[in-house]
Amino acid sequence: MKPVIRLEGVSKVYRAGETEVHALAGVDLEVGAGEFVAIMGPSGSGKSTLMNILGCLDRPTTGRYLLDGRDVTTFDRGRLAEERNRTIGFVFQGFNLLARTSALENVELPLVYSGAPRRERIRRAREALDRVGLTDRAHHAPSQLSGGQQQRVAIARALVTSPRLILADEPTGNLDTRTSIDVMALFQDLWRAGLTVLVVTHEPDVAGFAARVIATRDGRIVSDACQTARDARAAGGAP
Amino acid sequence: MNLMQPFPIAVRALLRNKTRSFLTMLGVIIGVGSVISMVAVGEGAKSSVSKAFEQMGTNLLIVTSGSTRSGGFMGGMGSMPTLTWDDLDAIRSEAPSVRYAAPLMSQKTSIVGEDGNWNTQVNGTTPEYFPIRSWRVAEGSMFSASDIETNAKVVVLGQTVVSHVFGTGVDPVGKPVRIRGTPYQVIGILEKKGQSFGGTDLDDAAFVPISVFRGKLQGGLQQFITGVIFVGAGSAEETFRAQNQISSILADRHHIADRADDDFAVRNLTEIASARQQGMNTLTGLLAAIAVVSLLVGGIGIMNIMLVSVTERTREIGIRMAVGARPVHIMAQFLVEAMTLSMTGGLLGIGLGFGVSKILADNLVWAFVVRSDIVAVAFLFSAAVGVVFGLYPARKAMNLDPIEALRYE
Repeated sequence: MKPVIRLEGVSKVYRAGETEVHALAGVDLEVGAGEFVAIMGPSGSGKSTLMNILGCLDRPTTGRYLLDGRDVTTFDRGRLAEERNRTIGFVFQGFNLLARTSALENVELPLVYSGAPRRERIRRAREALDRVGLTDRAHHAPSQLSGGQQQRVAIARALVTSPRLILADEPTGNLDTRTSIDVMALFQDLWRAGLTVLVVTHEPDVAGFAARVIATRDGRIVSDACQTARDARAAGGAP
Repeated sequence: MNLMQPFPIAVRALLRNKTRSFLTMLGVIIGVGSVISMVAVGEGAKSSVSKAFEQMGTNLLIVTSGSTRSGGFMGGMGSMPTLTWDDLDAIRSEAPSVRYAAPLMSQKTSIVGEDGNWNTQVNGTTPEYFPIRSWRVAEGSMFSASDIETNAKVVVLGQTVVSHVFGTGVDPVGKPVRIRGTPYQVIGILEKKGQSFGGTDLDDAAFVPISVFRGKLQGGLQQFITGVIFVGAGSAEETFRAQNQISSILADRHHIADRADDDFAVRNLTEIASARQQGMNTLTGLLAAIAVVSLLVGGIGIMNIMLVSVTERTREIGIRMAVGARPVHIMAQFLVEAMTLSMTGGLLGIGLGFGVSKILADNLVWAFVVRSDIVAVAFLFSAAVGVVFGLYPARKAMNLDPIEALRYE
């Protein structure tokens, strides 16, 4: 089966004045369809840079990135935006919802840029909100929702375009333990329904929900191991 | 990309900051409003001037006494009467392009009726004066050549004089009035003429036969025409020829060798009219230029606010980019926002311009002229202002790095 993600010798070098910072130093990685992967590492290990490259927000300095079989390393900004729109669904630590905009409209946003007609946008946005259990919060603005609810709106937004890949960057970083477990349970549900999920985190507890854990350090992958995913429901309220 | 797609986003963003949006638009509103009203002022003045000249009569020439030299001192035009009654006869008989020639002499004096009196311009002239000025009698009749021969004490009144001396609802024709103690009979009322381009009320005048004026009102200098001669040429084309004929006749009669020493002047009203109109065009152009500058200043205001808006909404831009907005989408959003501001401002400005023009026209008693081409140009210009001044902020938004934008607090 064709991998969703394939990195070949990817490195990223930032220039800060005279010094060069090697945020990524030759990373090879393959993630197949239907995997649930956690990327772990301390801050400065290059996991955020990796996330940005995987999410088509940034381009590697050297190496190749094949997303769903397409070499996106050569894509211009417009085509990268299209990949973010169609192939990837983002979930951020800080939710990143548009303020003073209803949940439904926030979820609709990616479809606005894929050019879907209004009627279809609303139908699909409602479906996505149903899927995260927020049917009755469709017309609430982010400020009227709890942190967990906001993150679920963000997950609905990531789902609405039926992407190949969900990328979550510290999705539980702003949430309390209980809510964190709810959110991770939601990711597990999505994974079980066939989606490919990739979570970046520095919390081992969060990584415990994934089926595969990749550890990074100093811009390299230092370990890559499969594990039995801990069931969020079984874990209950005390991870 | 759907061209209408950014429009609802832009409108929503603008409605979120209503006060700010309105203040931003104000520059364009005032700019477009002043372009329209300033051009309307210019055009209104121009049309009033040309209407005034039309009222004065076409094919019209005015012969005035010129300056005289006394001891090396130059008097102003008309400062010393030099036109004689023989000059008038010569113009009438020797200039083939002249159809009518009429003397006009005036005195400011009182007309006393039974119930009222009024200080007005009493003019002495001949019946030819009225066709030259295309001025007709509304009621009664005009005095005739025989009235002049018989020194008939008759008077024809302008509408303003009638209303002051007799009031309304009275038919003054046949009624007596006194001018400087002499009784006259009112034989006619002139039709309403309105204002001259200088703003004087043309209807505030009374006319008596020239012979009576000479006898009762002129005073000294009986051999001279202490006023002007109005000349009507045969046609508009003949006006210029008539002007030359009169000039050479008078130069000959006054024994003037060098035409620079002319002691008279023959003025062509078309020349004066076109000179005035050119002046008005310059004025209109100047006013419009100032207004355009204010429109540009309005555009800079839009650019300023759009730049602030791009900075404020950096995070929003980052979110939109992350979920798949292409740079062109972001640019379109801000460009459409700037254009919505400027075009809404333009529309409101058109309304303002109409209002101001109407008020000015009513107060200055000018024609209300709003040129539709100027309205269209002002509106298109405001749209262009939106594009031009929206482009820089929109490009700035478009070129934001999504990672940086998402991190922006």
